[in-house]
Amino acid sequence: MKLEGKKRIWAEYQKEIPDDHFFYVRSCIRQTFFAGSEQVFLKILRDDLGKDVFEDPRHTTCTGIGYHGDVVPFETIQTVVARHFALATEAGYRHIAISCVTSFGIYSEILETWKHFPETLARTREDLYKATGRTFEVPETISHTSDIIYKFRDEIARKAKYNLVDIKTGKPLKVVEHIGCHYSKMFPKYGVGGAEFPHVLIGMIEAWGGDVIDYPERRHCCGFGFRQYLVQANRGYSLFASRKKFESMEPYQPDLIMANCPGCTMFMDRWQYTIKEIDGITYGADGHGIPVLTYEEVAGLVLGYDPWDMGLQYHNVQSLPLLARMGIKADPARRFLAKDGTRLPEPANLING
Amino acid sequence: MKEKRKHVIVAGGGVAGMEAAGSLAEMGIRVTLVEKGEDPGGHLLQWHALFPGRRPAEEVRKYLRKRIAHENINVITRTTVEKIRHHGHEVIADLSGGKQERADAVIVATGFDLFDAHRKEEYGYGIYDNVITSADLEDMFNRKKVARADGSPPSRIGFIHCVGSRDEKVNNNHCSKVCCVTAVKQAIEVRKLLPESEVFCFYMDMRMFGPYYEELYRESQEVHNVNYIRGKVSEASVNINNRLVIKVEDTLAGRPLKMELDLMVLMVGMEMSKPGTRLAEASGLNTGINRFLESADHHYGSNLSGVAGIFYAGTCTAPMNITDTISHSRAAVEETVRYLGGR
Repeated sequence: MKLEGKKRIWAEYQKEIPDDHFFYVRSCIRQTFFAGSEQVFLKILRDDLGKDVFEDPRHTTCTGIGYHGDVVPFETIQTVVARHFALATEAGYRHIAISCVTSFGIYSEILETWKHFPETLARTREDLYKATGRTFEVPETISHTSDIIYKFRDEIARKAKYNLVDIKTGKPLKVVEHIGCHYSKMFPKYGVGGAEFPHVLIGMIEAWGGDVIDYPERRHCCGFGFRQYLVQANRGYSLFASRKKFESMEPYQPDLIMANCPGCTMFMDRWQYTIKEIDGITYGADGHGIPVLTYEEVAGLVLGYDPWDMGLQYHNVQSLPLLARMGIKADPARRFLAKDGTRLPEPANLING
Repeated sequence: MKEKRKHVIVAGGGVAGMEAAGSLAEMGIRVTLVEKGEDPGGHLLQWHALFPGRRPAEEVRKYLRKRIAHENINVITRTTVEKIRHHGHEVIADLSGGKQERADAVIVATGFDLFDAHRKEEYGYGIYDNVITSADLEDMFNRKKVARADGSPPSRIGFIHCVGSRDEKVNNNHCSKVCCVTAVKQAIEVRKLLPESEVFCFYMDMRMFGPYYEELYRESQEVHNVNYIRGKVSEASVNINNRLVIKVEDTLAGRPLKMELDLMVLMVGMEMSKPGTRLAEASGLNTGINRFLESADHHYGSNLSGVAGIFYAGTCTAPMNITDTISHSRAAVEETVRYLGGR
């Protein structure tokens, strides 16, 4: 493997990621599945990096899941996204920071459509005005929030309290990076590093001391695939896609899977539970499962955030072996205790205990 | 008064340019042959053996060198023709480096560039150790050693057809014509050098258009056991043993296929050359949707540019094999001589 070859591609796919003043749009499902991730993003940006991030409570779903499930027409989703842009315009923001990869793909698709078919932009302006009385400016930039953490990865590394390094051996941890399909497979130019060898998570992993695993099924979809999961009869496809990835990465004995997409993080975490229940198989070293974390959660660990404050205990695959390797002292007994000492609900059959 | 001897500039010293220069010189016409490389010969300089008979490329190189070893030919190397202008009946060629040549006509023979395989990012050329191009394989044949990056002999080799050809994703809809038969030829050569190896060709269609090509294709299967799988490779990666893993759909069997390879050869196609593109843009010469030079008439004027005193020869107009390139070049000479005689 020649790193220069990858660097050559990375140099071709650089995008403008603003330095400050973000209009933040949340994901529908991330707030449920990894409750701490979005809070950690905001905390890192505001408290650690001193950036201005604005949120508007009137922001809604982008309807992306409905769009990809063929129940929301393109005209509708354009108008919904135009409303988001109107909220940003009203607040005086021109840079959109998007938490969800599905939404990011939607925003990219809509902006490309408006660029190549200006009549669709005019129609959307008309539709939005008729429906809400709002007007909007097309944003100057759209960034996925992993782009933004990527941009500040070295600053985070300089503030690091822990690294992606095994404290006992001094060796870098082996990290699988998984990029959501809608991040750059549709429009490679919108992603840092393009579609085939995206750099967005690799850049973070390397800046924080880890080694990246490039395994045969690296590009393969996690299996979410909307229809594969939304249509219950198709869920076997979803499970099989994740399983294919686990089997492909297993020989490398990864310490961690880091993902930038809500669906990928969820499915690669939850399907490990399912596979263990059905077949009794786990894919990590020493019979462990492989923790699947978001890039914000990994950034939070690097910066010394309390894993339980970030909600890592609500992943099916627990991170205790990973935390031990990184030298992070997190008391397992505190995992399901709230700040006031009351007991939080504890999921059954957690992997890595 | 004795008429001034006619002078023709030939832009490009590959097969077409060398043949054109030789033919013009034989007719007593003074020729300036402008070649961008250190020596004339073009892509043929790199080739080991030629289809369909697998004759040594050196035999054709020798023929072409002999063609231009003529007192009427002045060869200028490391130079390109950047622009062609008219001054009365004269044409003026602006050369790289700032010099100019004046002549009565120009034959454009700027040839082709091989498709840059880096652009098909999914195949990992320049990233994975054992992904090479068909041109790289010819280098190996020249060195008489086909090997993986670590020096070991490959036991399973895959040829990927249509890399940069018939591919909308890279804006090349055209067929490069010669890659199919080149793959057949190279597959046979690999099997002869490495008799223990397995060879697979992954193709969309096998376009065996020339004489003896179909026979070569049959020979590759019947005598040399080359395997052909109809399907396009979607991506390549490497496994923990640094073996390539490819994904392809076997469209005849109707099922997806995953296969490990030791060496993957990308059959890179032809694109209009960069010097040819610059020359066309600067001189106002028309190009087609395939970005090659567009002839004045597709059927009976393929050497004509539509501009007085400028003629086309060879693969600057479209992909073609050496046989057709030489014929096309001779036809360009005939058109040029007719033009010079009629002035």
